[in-house]
Amino acid sequence: MIEVKHLTKRYGNVTAVEDLSFTVEEGQIYGFLGPNGAGKSTTMNMMTGYIAMSAGTVTIQGHDIMEEPQAARRCMGYLPEQPPVYPDLTVREYLDFAAGLKKIPARARENAITEAMSQTDILDMAERLIRNLSKGYRQRVGLAQALLGAPEVLILDEPMVGLDPKQIVEIRELIQSLGKKHTIILSSHILSEIRAICDHIMIISHGRLVASDTPDRLLQTMTGAGSLDVTLKADEAKAGELLSSFGNDLSFSLTPSSEEGCVSARIQLSREEPDIREQLFYHCAQEKVPILEMTRNSQSLEEVFLELTEEDEPAGTQAGKGVPKGEEPARNVAVEEAEKEADQA
Amino acid sequence: MNSIIKKEIKGYLTSMTGCIYIAFLMVVCGIYFTAYHLQGGYPRFAYTLQSMLSIFLIATPILTMRSMAEERKLKTDQLLLTSPVSVAGIIVGKFLALMGVFVIAVALLCVYPIILSCFGEIAFGETYVAVLGFFLMGCSFLAIGLLISSLTESQVIAAVVTFLVLFVCYVMEGISGFFPETPLASLGSLAVCIALMALLLWRMTGNFFLTLFALMAGEAVLAGLYLLKPLSFEGLIQKILSCFNISGHFSEFANGTLDLAGVTYYLSVIFVCLFLAVQSVQKRRWN
Repeated sequence: MIEVKHLTKRYGNVTAVEDLSFTVEEGQIYGFLGPNGAGKSTTMNMMTGYIAMSAGTVTIQGHDIMEEPQAARRCMGYLPEQPPVYPDLTVREYLDFAAGLKKIPARARENAITEAMSQTDILDMAERLIRNLSKGYRQRVGLAQALLGAPEVLILDEPMVGLDPKQIVEIRELIQSLGKKHTIILSSHILSEIRAICDHIMIISHGRLVASDTPDRLLQTMTGAGSLDVTLKADEAKAGELLSSFGNDLSFSLTPSSEEGCVSARIQLSREEPDIREQLFYHCAQEKVPILEMTRNSQSLEEVFLELTEEDEPAGTQAGKGVPKGEEPARNVAVEEAEKEADQA
Repeated sequence: MNSIIKKEIKGYLTSMTGCIYIAFLMVVCGIYFTAYHLQGGYPRFAYTLQSMLSIFLIATPILTMRSMAEERKLKTDQLLLTSPVSVAGIIVGKFLALMGVFVIAVALLCVYPIILSCFGEIAFGETYVAVLGFFLMGCSFLAIGLLISSLTESQVIAAVVTFLVLFVCYVMEGISGFFPETPLASLGSLAVCIALMALLLWRMTGNFFLTLFALMAGEAVLAGLYLLKPLSFEGLIQKILSCFNISGHFSEFANGTLDLAGVTYYLSVIFVCLFLAVQSVQKRRWN
């Protein structure tokens, strides 16, 4: 089991990872998801004790990584972003060296190496120099190194990078089968990959944990929050008034529609009220504003991911919240004028 | 640690660097040996060892440059530093591997006096004391090379800097001769040293007041000591510089005396360099 508490890493003024806390339960596969530069590798490097944290603690199977580094590292295998292989060793020599580093007793070494090689399907490559291996095979050699000595915890930084589609499927199956016996944390910036193998997804953005849940629940809690595109036959002021009076702090943005005398509104749906179509219909009918079009956009996990990892603001506040009059319309007038000019031309 | 030593020695001997290093020393030794002993008829092998010194400065960086620098370049230090081996264990393992390669060369050197004994009487005791001195000096060179290799990820920079440092140590006796032996000269040079250290402190911490305080305190202590005991400052700068004169400590051994001060000196140099190498690796993790 791994416990990460208030993990922070600062490089001068830049904060790479900020106040990250999570717990990893035994026998599950955890996925770190985040765009490039979100702090995934930095977090993993801190968890394995390669770099020191500016603040916070990491405990692996009860051993603090800074206070009992040897004991903590003994129960984990790590595959860094770039497989740490020596080009002038053969695969077997390299794994023998790694087994020595991991203090696997000499008697058990031969078996451990053969097992790790057969698990990653590199037995044919045993006597080849690593220099002559392709990126995919080097990746597998790195993975075999992490598997040596059957550690309880496996930390894999982007294990699928550089593999061909067939290998990806194989490694995916391997990780899934390993997940039955080991606790695995892997990172990726590719959602489908994580979704296919992980029991639990942690989304990191700008060094902060923005979501942590099972893929299904993540989707469930987030899909309510889709958006609604509505085209109303009214001018902008009227439409703004109408939607503002609809209540519940509705967040929306208005753009002039391509149809004459119409306006399009994109309404951000809140999680508490995932479906407001009916009420909106009656509300507009009461005000005698015809709805010409209404489309609901539900979110895919992909969009949830994008939204959560978007710059600066946390999810849901990017759209103008109850756009105050006079602020947004100014931009829209300019757009309208530009469109008119375009029509005339 | 054992697996590091094993892998490193194997690496040196299969990747040419180790072989080139040993061959280089043997060729140079062979040339001097032929010139001094076989043709010149000198009975003392220490002459050859002393003549080899300057060449030794060039040979050492060949061996030490890749030691830590390559690990960083290949990112294999991630494997080492995340394995259940302590940083000290890694550095000591690397050093023992370097030493292992050097031992092969020294073992070959030990054969020469035996060849020499075919031609007449040889003082074996004195000769092997000289070889021991040569071995200790070589080890301290290797420790310096390892330290410098741990500071950079470029092998070229590591090699050039190692050579420069060893060269400066080699000519230290001449350098210390530049300074007059008067107490005032020592005071002046030490004051400059403290100022330079304060500058370094400023660069590292960026704290102006701390730097100013350290500078003032350092200079005040220095001035106080000077006022109390001006005579102890006489030739002080020469004494300090002689600490860096690594090859100078070899001359006692070359004369055939088992110089315990020299043994202690070399062991301390090795210890300090390895300690600093561990610290430089540790420091990088904190940056």
